[in-house]
Amino acid sequence: MTVNPTPASATPEGGHLLELRDLHVEFRTNEGVARVINGVSYHLDAGETLAVLGESGSGKSVTAQAIMGILDTPPAFVRSGQILYQGEDLLTRSEEQRRQVRGKEIAMIFQDALSALNPVFPVGWQIGETLRQRAGMSRADARRRAVELMDLVKIPGAAKRIGDYPHQFSGGMRQRVMIAMALALDPKVLIADEPTTALDVTVQAQIMDLLADLRRELNMAMILITHDLGVVAGVADRIAVMYAGRIVEHADVRSLYKAPAHPYTKGLLESIPRLDVRGQELSTIKGLPPNLMRIPSGCPFHPRCPYVQQVCVDEVPHDLVLGDGRTSACHFAQEVRDDSVAS
Amino acid sequence: MTASPANPTKVRGETILSVDNLVKHFPITQGVLFQRQIGAVKAVDGVSFELRRGETLGVVGESGCGKSTLARLLMRLETPTSGRATLEGKDLFKASGGELRRLRRNMQMVMQDPYTSLNPRMTVGDIIGEPFEIHPDAAPKGSKAKRVQELLDLVGLNPEHINRYPHQFSGGQRQRIGIARALALKPEVIVCDEPVSALDVSIQAQVINLLKQLQGELGLSYIFIAHDLSVVRHIADRVAVMYLGRIVEIGTEDEIYERATHPYTQALLSAVPVPDPEARDQRNMIRLVGDVPSPADPPSGCHFRTRCWKAQDICATEDPKTVPRAADPHPSACHFAELRPATPA
Repeated sequence: MTVNPTPASATPEGGHLLELRDLHVEFRTNEGVARVINGVSYHLDAGETLAVLGESGSGKSVTAQAIMGILDTPPAFVRSGQILYQGEDLLTRSEEQRRQVRGKEIAMIFQDALSALNPVFPVGWQIGETLRQRAGMSRADARRRAVELMDLVKIPGAAKRIGDYPHQFSGGMRQRVMIAMALALDPKVLIADEPTTALDVTVQAQIMDLLADLRRELNMAMILITHDLGVVAGVADRIAVMYAGRIVEHADVRSLYKAPAHPYTKGLLESIPRLDVRGQELSTIKGLPPNLMRIPSGCPFHPRCPYVQQVCVDEVPHDLVLGDGRTSACHFAQEVRDDSVAS
Repeated sequence: MTASPANPTKVRGETILSVDNLVKHFPITQGVLFQRQIGAVKAVDGVSFELRRGETLGVVGESGCGKSTLARLLMRLETPTSGRATLEGKDLFKASGGELRRLRRNMQMVMQDPYTSLNPRMTVGDIIGEPFEIHPDAAPKGSKAKRVQELLDLVGLNPEHINRYPHQFSGGQRQRIGIARALALKPEVIVCDEPVSALDVSIQAQVINLLKQLQGELGLSYIFIAHDLSVVRHIADRVAVMYLGRIVEIGTEDEIYERATHPYTQALLSAVPVPDPEARDQRNMIRLVGDVPSPADPPSGCHFRTRCWKAQDICATEDPKTVPRAADPHPSACHFAELRPATPA
């Protein structure tokens, strides 16, 4: 790969709470090497919410796992890059040092709360486990704190439900239990990987509201990973769109929605069925996402792109800075944005 | 393929499937040897609707509302507790043997999960061709492979891939295989149970467009079950909203999306995530509290009253019927049915 570090991330040293620099992750499998993350750079400041948007296989979850240090190694290996937390590179730390960061500084919640919780222990015990292990609390203290945390995530009758098992909770309530566990050690960064994907729309709205409230109350920074722009549009400050292991566009929510500057983002937004538009032909992105073992030359999106030219096949596009902190990894970013404004 | 509706006497718009007061209660039992029934999960609790030829009826609702059980009942994968359904005038639940086989041929299903609904050990040709083994008269001897290739072409896959296995295809392509399998016997009604919810957005749009295009070409009628209201709006002519085993509101796409009168429908519509930040600012969201009650122990009277902001005493005592209301002439099961601007302008 000949990708340069993006000019957009050239900010002063230690300026950000969390910063990824040119991260590369690959999966070494029997069939070959899949290049899952190919030079991802983004940053996060205190109290800020970044949404990472992408379809399956775009590398959005693997990036999060790399930050948490919970990649399955093997087959996953970080090939190069830096993950700076408060200016220090996490990738150079020992496993024990990373464990200290996990949960206490950066915590994570997962998509499927039922499989992320242990079915044979009461939820109160599971929330308290972190507190006993990491904060050295006594059983009684941990239990008391667990009730407080369940109150914080608005589980009704927390004191009564602390002895209940995960299967006794509904999907939405289970997700709240997960959030309570993640908040136990008061992290500064919360990574939420598709936190509402398995939930119904009415419950989904409740959980997103809760996350927005908590972020405000606790002044946490948040990374929201999702495939659904609609879910995060109300909560996120900035959006990073991923495709084939790269960030192809980076912008604030409003500009991104109004005038996407990458053909992939544009196609993605146009293919979302809208509630306020009656049945008509949906526009689609032709073709399929690339096989990560054989990523197309040049711009990885070129086989599916309506703007494709010879240069797209030959040259990997750099991040083009468009002003207002926006970047787009497209040779024709300016044109795409102008088209988006026009249509 | 030039498969037009086979019989010119079949008029578009006439009723093809009629469902009357369909009920499915799953017993809850206690004890090992002498199992006593101590209750029932009322998965489908008195559902009636009609499906017209060439139209799409969308069925929406949250998980546990009984929409998938409804699909399984219609496919006769479950036996109903009571109720009636007729397909082209023939009783769906009384049929057996040869008659049932003929009825089933006319009604096929597309499943939700394209990963588990295709046998990984069978080739695509065998999967799509399997219906012809059960109904040998549907494809004359020797023409099976040709027919399978026609079907692959029809759903936009390469006919040369007939000998590949499901794992060699992506999610969207697998769902196309599932659709080809459902089309093999030239059915008139296809029940689609969440056909796109496992797919990525850009792929989802491709499959929805395919379903619409096939409907136009083949004159199919769809029952389209989904939890995503935006998707349903794109494909459905009429929409039924289910809550705890009942249809609480049913009407044309316009009646449900623009003039909904049931509070549950209004709440559901207002909770749909809208990607446009400006439209989000303008709209007035209804936040429902709590979760869907257990279908084993639904609330008395109106099932929705425990989460409804309009609930009065009458809602607990009297079960609202799904009938036309003063606010708008489409059926709605609410004592206090009234209009509300539900979608963002």
